[in-house]
Amino acid sequence: MSDGGCASRSIAVTVNGSVCRAEAPVRLTLSDFLRQTLHLTGTHLGCEHGVCGACTVLVDGRAMRSCLMLAVQADGHQVTTIEGLAAPDGSLHPLQAAFCRHHGLQCGFCTPGLLTTLVEFLKDCPDPTAAEIREAISGNICRCTGYDSIVAATIEAARALRGDGTTP
Amino acid sequence: MLAGGQSLIPAMALRLARPAHLVDINGVVGFDRLEPSESGVRIGPCVRHAALGAEAVPGPLGRLLSLARRHIAHAPIRARGTFCGSLANADAASEWCLVAVALGATVTLRSQGRVRQLAMAEFLLGAMTTALEPDELLVEAHLPALPAGTRVGFHEYARRAGDFAEVMALAAYELRDGLVSDPRIALGAVEGRARRLPAAEAALAGQRPHDAAFRRAAEAAAAEITPADDAEDGRLLARAAVARALSAAA
Repeated sequence: MSDGGCASRSIAVTVNGSVCRAEAPVRLTLSDFLRQTLHLTGTHLGCEHGVCGACTVLVDGRAMRSCLMLAVQADGHQVTTIEGLAAPDGSLHPLQAAFCRHHGLQCGFCTPGLLTTLVEFLKDCPDPTAAEIREAISGNICRCTGYDSIVAATIEAARALRGDGTTP
Repeated sequence: MLAGGQSLIPAMALRLARPAHLVDINGVVGFDRLEPSESGVRIGPCVRHAALGAEAVPGPLGRLLSLARRHIAHAPIRARGTFCGSLANADAASEWCLVAVALGATVTLRSQGRVRQLAMAEFLLGAMTTALEPDELLVEAHLPALPAGTRVGFHEYARRAGDFAEVMALAAYELRDGLVSDPRIALGAVEGRARRLPAAEAALAGQRPHDAAFRRAAEAAAAEITPADDAEDGRLLARAAVARALSAAA
């Protein structure tokens, strides 16, 4: 092929419940597609090689690094980004609410990746220990919080999602 | 060839790899097949790390897969990266390379007009080096089942959860009349490639499974290896990891 890497494909990705059709250059990452093509800039890019976890999104319900997928690979799949976590009426996801209450974020750069990672984790593990939470977020680098407040927020959100306990 | 892309895409992002052509095999029908049977499990080239565990594969083999899987990077990587991709990438610290070598896995390599099968020990030539020819694709791995009652243990040390291992050891053995039979002891991340350790296995065979026997096997392991980096550190890591994998085997 002599397209110099400029070939593009027409793709249809369901992002936060809406079908998005777009031309995507074959070499474009899913993260750049979300941010630059769809203008969903809540997905953050830190390291761009899969280490920092900031760009984590849900693909068909599973947490994945959007910097390690090509946009064309998301064709026909469902993607949930941080913009899709809150309810349509704007009320926060229990994890988002708990992060606010417990100061689980400071600068907020890592937060979208942490939340998407934890959304999947709490589905698989609804009543986790602090140690299990720390292992689950070991692939998400936060330089502000020291993680304690994130773990506390996650324990509270897990309780809320299980429906056994009142939230303050 | 792009399957999970959890090693290749970072290599491309860092411009360490600049492939002229990239073929995504994720859309190939049947490449995500995972077929457990009494003889073991057949793993297609797009089966994700996350799919390989006790919930999918019965018996001691499934338990061993679960033990190894939790050490592979982080959950989002395990959701995307593939077993066969890990074998083809052949990182010295690949958990699946260690499991495949220890169990005597077979890989099927296919090119236009040719299919061949290789034992894992013949396939894995060194760090990041395999017997794959440029026109071949690893289309299947077969892991043989472990006999019912096999005790399996896996120990890995990394400085942070999800990091590349400094050392990993796998132990599997059966008990006959209270004595260790058919032991498998294998080490990864210390030498250039994962391999079984025959001297350590010989030291354990026929022994009662207790700490003194495990320590002797671990000493034999440390003595028979050639660490890729610092020899003293490598032997220390191997000795500790083999002893812990054996102690953990249940």
